[in-house]
Amino acid sequence: MKKIYFDYAATSPVDPRVIKAMLPYFSEKFGNPMSLHGFGQEAKLALEKSRKEIADFIGAEIKEIIFTGSATESNNSVLKGLAQANKEKGRHIIISQIEHPCVRESAKWLEKQGYQITRLPVDKYGLLNPRDLENAIKKDTILVSLIHASNEIGTIQPVKELGAACRQKGVLFHTDAVQSFGKIPIDVNKMNIDLLSASSHKIYGPKGVACLYIRKGIKIEPLLHGGGQESGLRSSTSNVPGIVGFAEAVRIAKKDMKKENLRLFRLSQKLIKGLLKIEGSHLNGHPQKKLPNINNFWFDFIEGESLVMQLDLEGIAASTGSACSSVTLEPSHVLMALGLKHQEAHGSLRISLGRWSKESEINYLIRVLPQIVENLRKISPFKTSFKFD
Amino acid sequence: MNLYSKEIMKHFKKPQNVGKIKNPSGLGKVGNIKCGDIMHLYLKIAKDKKEREVIKDVKFETFGCTVAVANTSLLTTMVKGKTIENALKITKEDLVKKLGDVPAIKMHCSMLAVDALGEAIYDYYKKEGKEIAPDLQKRHEHAEKVEREIKRKFHGEEQG
Repeated sequence: MKKIYFDYAATSPVDPRVIKAMLPYFSEKFGNPMSLHGFGQEAKLALEKSRKEIADFIGAEIKEIIFTGSATESNNSVLKGLAQANKEKGRHIIISQIEHPCVRESAKWLEKQGYQITRLPVDKYGLLNPRDLENAIKKDTILVSLIHASNEIGTIQPVKELGAACRQKGVLFHTDAVQSFGKIPIDVNKMNIDLLSASSHKIYGPKGVACLYIRKGIKIEPLLHGGGQESGLRSSTSNVPGIVGFAEAVRIAKKDMKKENLRLFRLSQKLIKGLLKIEGSHLNGHPQKKLPNINNFWFDFIEGESLVMQLDLEGIAASTGSACSSVTLEPSHVLMALGLKHQEAHGSLRISLGRWSKESEINYLIRVLPQIVENLRKISPFKTSFKFD
Repeated sequence: MNLYSKEIMKHFKKPQNVGKIKNPSGLGKVGNIKCGDIMHLYLKIAKDKKEREVIKDVKFETFGCTVAVANTSLLTTMVKGKTIENALKITKEDLVKKLGDVPAIKMHCSMLAVDALGEAIYDYYKKEGKEIAPDLQKRHEHAEKVEREIKRKFHGEEQG
């Protein structure tokens, strides 16, 4: 059976070129960058070269990039570390209703510690309004943390305007750029970004490595204390092979971005056109202001977990925001923030494309999905309307 | 690699007894407060030669996940031909045992099928003007309570 991967927003395969770049750093150039000898210095050189690659990519200075173990760690570091470092200044933090769980849960945890959290709403396309942000910033606001592009619906926020609003009010601005980093151009200076989180495994690099951009002069309390690696902000022996792989993934992404973007945009357009031909199908998120690779739909009267399982039986890997697929048994908070009803979020399907997605795979999905939807509707008690009598 | 057991996938791939029964003897409509799944279960009940009330036919429809579909499909195959008395004895645990590995988080889906059956039988007894045993009454009251919570939680203003 064909195996088709349409879940690149969850994670991506490591590019063979990335593996090749990483290999020498496991057994041959295995040194600890903190060591004074040649082995250590060889590793340190690779570490700093990688740091430069990533810094250049977003217009940052080399020292402004620190490596972490995951984007979850980066985001936790920003929220908790900044809250800790600024607790005398204020205890108000602004996030949005559509953040990734690692930001949401960090904010919730801070709330328990006595911080006040504002969660900005989005419109039906998932877009934030910079004016809402301006109005939400208070005297004691210490941080604004807003996702750049949604991991569920792909909607891209007007980060430059949001950042400008923060700057005008003198508040630090962090963006979780895990889905956008390596997919669309980012310049931390032009976009008024003070802190930024990005991850390797979403851009064909290895898992277990991520980074955090911290603008020069910003004080942040580290989560991990120890040997003082990463300018004392993230103690832990450096994951040199992982970091080298991350940098190689960035190099490739940068080189191919324009062409790849256009290719994925065209594939997504074809996909959207094809799937919206199914009766009772809808697109979630903004039709234009979106990442070229993330597409989110919902289908009337069916449930997404069984939809994903049916697709899996056809060899197609996708994901859903249905309550049935979540560990909390709650539907996707992102889809609910768009104003979808519970049963509508129940029938959602995310198709995320990537480097190895082909037109023939899109055609295959367009061919098999209508029958699957029809079969599930046959089982559903709601064939013509959601009536819960 | 599959998330679910062979037995679950067997029923999910080819669910048994899907659909409606026209003029059913009993109809059970239940929802799941945890995830929002909805289940409709139809029964055709008739007396056999020994004058016992037997489930002659059963059909179901569900707006729910893989495990909800598989559970109900399995339940329908188990109750067909059974007396009402025996059908009422089937528990969530019986279903789980037959399905194999049901993830802990999906246990509530098994309850949905059993609840729908209880409600369908309750509906039949009510229509027939029959006395309702305390156990079934209890099951019905529980289902009613869940129904009220669901209406509040999932589709508040939509209800007329």
